[in-house]
Amino acid sequence: MKELLENDRDFYGQEWNEVEKPSTYLDSNELILNMGPQHPSTHGVLRVILKLDGEKVLGTECVIGYLHRGVEKIGEHRTYTQFAPYVDRMDYVAAISNGLGYCQAVETLINVEAPPRAQYIRTILTELQRIASHQVWLGTHALDIGAMTPLFYTFRDREEILKVFEKYCGARLTTHAFRIGGCQWELYEGFEKDVKKLCDFIEPKFAEYEELLTTNRIWVERTKGVGILNGDDCKALGVTGPLLRAAGVKWDLRKAQPYAAYSKMDFEIPTGENGDTYDRYMVRIKELYQSLKIIRQAVDNIPDGPIMAKVPKVLKPPVGEIYHSIEAPKGELGYFIVSDGSLQPYRMRIRPPSFVNLQALDKMVRGLLVADVVAVIGTLDIVLGEVDR
Amino acid sequence: MAAAPVASKPAVPASAAAPAKPAIPPKPAGPTPQPWDNEFIHRLKKVYGSGIREASTYLGQNYVVVDFSIVDEILSAYRDDEGFDYLVDLTAVHYPKREKAEFDVVYVLYSFAKNTRVRVKTQIADGATLPTAVDIWPTADWLEREVFDMFGIRFEGHPDMKRILLPDGWVGHPLRKEYSILQQDKEWVQINLGIPPSGIESGQ
Repeated sequence: MKELLENDRDFYGQEWNEVEKPSTYLDSNELILNMGPQHPSTHGVLRVILKLDGEKVLGTECVIGYLHRGVEKIGEHRTYTQFAPYVDRMDYVAAISNGLGYCQAVETLINVEAPPRAQYIRTILTELQRIASHQVWLGTHALDIGAMTPLFYTFRDREEILKVFEKYCGARLTTHAFRIGGCQWELYEGFEKDVKKLCDFIEPKFAEYEELLTTNRIWVERTKGVGILNGDDCKALGVTGPLLRAAGVKWDLRKAQPYAAYSKMDFEIPTGENGDTYDRYMVRIKELYQSLKIIRQAVDNIPDGPIMAKVPKVLKPPVGEIYHSIEAPKGELGYFIVSDGSLQPYRMRIRPPSFVNLQALDKMVRGLLVADVVAVIGTLDIVLGEVDR
Repeated sequence: MAAAPVASKPAVPASAAAPAKPAIPPKPAGPTPQPWDNEFIHRLKKVYGSGIREASTYLGQNYVVVDFSIVDEILSAYRDDEGFDYLVDLTAVHYPKREKAEFDVVYVLYSFAKNTRVRVKTQIADGATLPTAVDIWPTADWLEREVFDMFGIRFEGHPDMKRILLPDGWVGHPLRKEYSILQQDKEWVQINLGIPPSGIESGQ
């Protein structure tokens, strides 16, 4: 902070003198403003240093790492099985997706495929988790912009999803629902009925959220044209997930490189046009409906059979390395695992979507107002547990 | 598994170390990397010769190992000629026992048009630098900073080569193999967090 004040340092290559100044610019000093790490709108412990001209943002710098626990280092000191619960604690609002990515990555490494029944269970739970994650996003994002009601609505409905998780595996948030090679638990009696009931309960609720926001004048004014990121920028910055789709790029790993039971499901990839905050909102809302569509198909067609593949009790993958990624609610979640043939991974690299997406913040907020920074951080849908690992 | 090791065990206990090895039956051979070739690799080999060390596929995933001196040219070629427009990940792996090539630096690339991934790997010595990939894919910015933070590998030409997850004043690079899981920069912790030198109780 002090350094920033003293000399006009880099804001990613753009010197203050080169910044295009508005015609009304009176050669006054720019203001360095610190936001976070303890700020309600940063969704955790994100610190952003803003460089302002009045209320106009000239540049930002993110300071992250407050939640760094060294997950990758821990991964090198745990066996493959022991490390599985740790991944739940990265993106803690979408723990099941993290677990799915990890289990599939290790399965790729040991060349095992989970049985079809497990694939269906995984698909259903992961899609439920996607809905829950989007609900947390919608509630907090709307709260940041000033709409308080959606928070209560979304958390009320998310509760029903968490109840299903709790009934299935005993945990609500950091579930550790899957195991390498399949699932630990058979479905409980009446799971299908519960999920169908949940789908019927929750579908009209999405319309409720939309009723509150989609045509709400304040919401539209605050989000339309804010934080624009076009398709080429997204690709260059490695931004994936709903952000990429809102920019008009029809790309989803569930379709591009299907895993679990997604190849057998019929669903659409919703896309936007302008790549602004409003489009990202619309894309996520449409994804909620698509997730429901997938769950309904899957729950009607769960095949019989075992839920665990034959996996050795002591996991010793052969020497080699693999990269495997899935479409997490926030974007491409990848695991790069290097095995040296021992019990523990030699290297456990996690490619978190939030970390890479957050990098786009600077590009998105330049020229906007401080209040829009809050909107843009919300629309990025970051979870600091995953950014810092 | 049964016959051979049991017979040899009581016979020669003194010189067990050397001859015991062949007695262990070979494990069922896992998949091995297979040579991988396509037109583009062929062209690269023609231009760079031995600079392309290896092109293989393992479990259906393709990778190329290239010399560190040409890595930026290879990456540019992949983006411009082959349409790999998305740098998925950039990371490193530490092999302290490999002399003069302690680090693997791995670039995971993806092409939206072709829907394929490829990994470009290069080996560099401890203390050596690599040219930055920020001008090829801006996303390399934070990824390179993370590699520097965790491994101490510097990228030349990077706009802001500093730590990203750990605090600026921290000493050491935690994902190196010699860095113990219990290790921490005691001085930094003491000054900044006011924790006595006896340290924090570790749960590890």
